[in-house]
Amino acid sequence: MSVQFQIDQRLDCKGLNCPLPILKTKKALDGMTAGQVLEMTATDPGSRPDMEAFSRRTGHELLDAKEAGGVFTFYIRKIVVK
Amino acid sequence: MAILDKELNELIEARVNELVDEKLAKMAKRPVKPKRLAIAVVSRGTIDAAYAALILATTGAALEMEVGVYFSFFGLNILKKGNQDNLKVVPLGNPAMPVNMPNIVSMLPGMTAFATMMMKKTIKEKKIATVPELLEIALESGVTLWPCQMAMEMFDIKKEDLIDGLPTPVGAATFLEFAGDADITLFI
Repeated sequence: MSVQFQIDQRLDCKGLNCPLPILKTKKALDGMTAGQVLEMTATDPGSRPDMEAFSRRTGHELLDAKEAGGVFTFYIRKIVVK
Repeated sequence: MAILDKELNELIEARVNELVDEKLAKMAKRPVKPKRLAIAVVSRGTIDAAYAALILATTGAALEMEVGVYFSFFGLNILKKGNQDNLKVVPLGNPAMPVNMPNIVSMLPGMTAFATMMMKKTIKEKKIATVPELLEIALESGVTLWPCQMAMEMFDIKKEDLIDGLPTPVGAATFLEFAGDADITLFI
């Protein structure tokens, strides 16, 4: 069972290493409007704890994180900025 | 029956409004944790020093921190225009190189160039961000990269010798004023 989100934008960070997945995620979110959902895929094994830390610091909501065959998929909802 | 429908409608409407308010409040709720990161890159102008500083600086900016990096002494090399590809990694006296060699070998001419070439190859193969790429992201995301005025004087480096987008070169007091209110200070 998995929760379905309406995905507004996709970002492929597969094959990239730290810190690029986080930097690209931040840049993508900056170009989106509040409430929209970004789907980010990465193969960096550190991306999961890093995305959780990113979410805690910035407030952008990490809706779901899953892993299948070495590929991590994250769903992040952009929150209202200030 | 009509009265019941009306009451039901009102209830539904009230509940929907409540949910919308809740959702909006949640979206507006954002941890206000402004943090400041101050990094002094003083001692070295090597690939490893550049990476340590720029990875932390750009990630700090992505985490919505206020980031300032001060480049002094050999660290200024990292900001020199067109110099990013000339940065080196030094195997001499470095026991942690992937291919370890005795100092008597790593002191030979060409060994620094060789170690640098190997490292650059790895960076390319493993799709690790390059130094110019990280510098660009740093500037784009509002990181302040201060060149040290004294070091510029000392090494005879002009403002136009440095990459574009930098603030006016400053002295120790400017950096210390910024670092004085920092939550994290790092020396690289």
